[in-house]
Amino acid sequence: MTDLATRATRGVATTEGRRRRHNGGGPRAGTIAAFVTPFFLPFVLFYLVPIGYALWQSLLVVRRTGGQYGTSYTTFGGLEQYTQVFQNTEFWGSIGRIGLFGIVQVPVMLFVALVMALLLDTPLLKLKAFFRISAFMPYAVPGVIAAIMWSYLYSPQISPVVDLLKGVGLQPDFLGPGAVLWSTANVSTWLWTGYNMLIMFSALQSIPQELYEAAKLDGASNWAIAWRIKVPIIAPSVVLTTVFSIIGTLQLYAEPAVLRQISSNISSTFTPNMLAYTVASGNNYQQAAAISVVIAVITFVLSFGFMRLTSKRAGL
Amino acid sequence: MSDQTPIRESRVSRTAATALMFLLAVYFLLPVYFLVVAATKPQGDLASTNGLAFSHFDLFANLDTLFTRSDGIFGRWALNSVLYAVLGAAVGTLISALCGYALAKFPFRGREFLFSVILGGILVPTTALALPLFLLFSATGLVNTYLAVFLPSIVSPFGVYLARIFAASAVPQEILESARLDGAGEFRTFFSVAFKLMTPSLVTIFLFQFVAIWNNFFLPMVMLQKESLFPITLGLYQWNGQTARAPLLQESVITGSLVSIVPVILVFILLQRFWRTGLAAGSLR
Repeated sequence: MTDLATRATRGVATTEGRRRRHNGGGPRAGTIAAFVTPFFLPFVLFYLVPIGYALWQSLLVVRRTGGQYGTSYTTFGGLEQYTQVFQNTEFWGSIGRIGLFGIVQVPVMLFVALVMALLLDTPLLKLKAFFRISAFMPYAVPGVIAAIMWSYLYSPQISPVVDLLKGVGLQPDFLGPGAVLWSTANVSTWLWTGYNMLIMFSALQSIPQELYEAAKLDGASNWAIAWRIKVPIIAPSVVLTTVFSIIGTLQLYAEPAVLRQISSNISSTFTPNMLAYTVASGNNYQQAAAISVVIAVITFVLSFGFMRLTSKRAGL
Repeated sequence: MSDQTPIRESRVSRTAATALMFLLAVYFLLPVYFLVVAATKPQGDLASTNGLAFSHFDLFANLDTLFTRSDGIFGRWALNSVLYAVLGAAVGTLISALCGYALAKFPFRGREFLFSVILGGILVPTTALALPLFLLFSATGLVNTYLAVFLPSIVSPFGVYLARIFAASAVPQEILESARLDGAGEFRTFFSVAFKLMTPSLVTIFLFQFVAIWNNFFLPMVMLQKESLFPITLGLYQWNGQTARAPLLQESVITGSLVSIVPVILVFILLQRFWRTGLAAGSLR
């Protein structure tokens, strides 16, 4: 994140140097606070405080005096909730599922997005506006609605796709135990490929054309220009889309929750978020808080780690 | 590019590229096309006719059923979604703009620290925030109110990040200096000068936040029990869960889904040039 931050501020630095010389110091502290507080106060209240509260809750346990029917009281339990999370096979099940999902879905989606962006950036294609809009359109569709739409396309009674596949002798079962994870992955891919493609495409469009001219003079093929010049230059946006995809994958809730309404092969603990919600609905808020904290930490470590790793390797 | 490659190869790659893009376009458009077709059919035709071909045209009857079902609750949900998304994105954009502008244009101690904390907020999964927020809000009596969904929605760390980039590039320091020399206060300068220069980028931030709130589902689900406060996503989710017991709801779920996505898609097509510059700025710096 710091890399992103410095890169974002680099442009600001020069104008500021000039400014400081000019009038020495900026507006008064009170004025600055008046600009920053309207965002920062809700940010603290609805971002930082809940994080702190979740951390605190996750350290508590509910105990009972005198057996099952005794009075319950809440007390400090140290890391007890976390021990329980890590001993919970359903937790590991959900992590395993989401890990498998992410390892397959994210690369496939980003590869397709990258190929589309590169093709849209060549003179090979016509109808570019049409292709661009058709791919981006799913971004405007809420995850719940997308999952509802696809669930009709998966459902054996209604789906024209199932009919078509039966017509060529296949017996697809999109909601079966082995397939349902990939049916969910398909909804995510459908939703987000175009969005990621556009981020990469926008980055491609701001590369100066002279660079290609020079490469062509050196005898580089279109293929080489695409993979050796364009892709490395837009690497920061590929990293950005990867990080957003990792965050998205770990947050997965709406799509599997909708498919659960028509498939018995999705449990109430299918993803980590579904597990957290299920546990919270069972009134075990402390355990749910611990799960939320673990999800947030995993997200943080993975996205931050990925950013670090790639920025070191590619010298971004 | 083609002037250096042999014509035949270029024709082959041209055809291959176009074919691939067409296949992908079919993939992206198919579910929406299916939805449009299904929304025009009477319930009975859903399972019995080909899903990709129109049958009896019943769209208006379906819309009528949709909006009159359960005392017109769907209209209420639509209104709620508009309210949450338009107001939330408007307030959210304004406070992001103020903060991003200050981070870009005012030198002050702790500025980079503040910015890093906000950027860290982008990495926090919002679904992980929803459960602790529920606990806090139930302690303060906010659960099951409009505010429970509205208040957390106005915070967009990504909006501040974009606003800072936009302010840095769109608002020249010289203009601010001359406004100050003319004796304008910082707020006056912001609203009368900077705000106008930043308008295209503010539309981008508004759009992204609007879509994020419109699409949100987990937060309202955690916060709301009262059906009358639901946004469309939560309402349709609930109806969809009831279709096993009440199969006639299916047609309303489909028509309702179509009603919920068409306005947003139209807005996106109309405002293309705004979100495209937004994506470019967000991805590059």
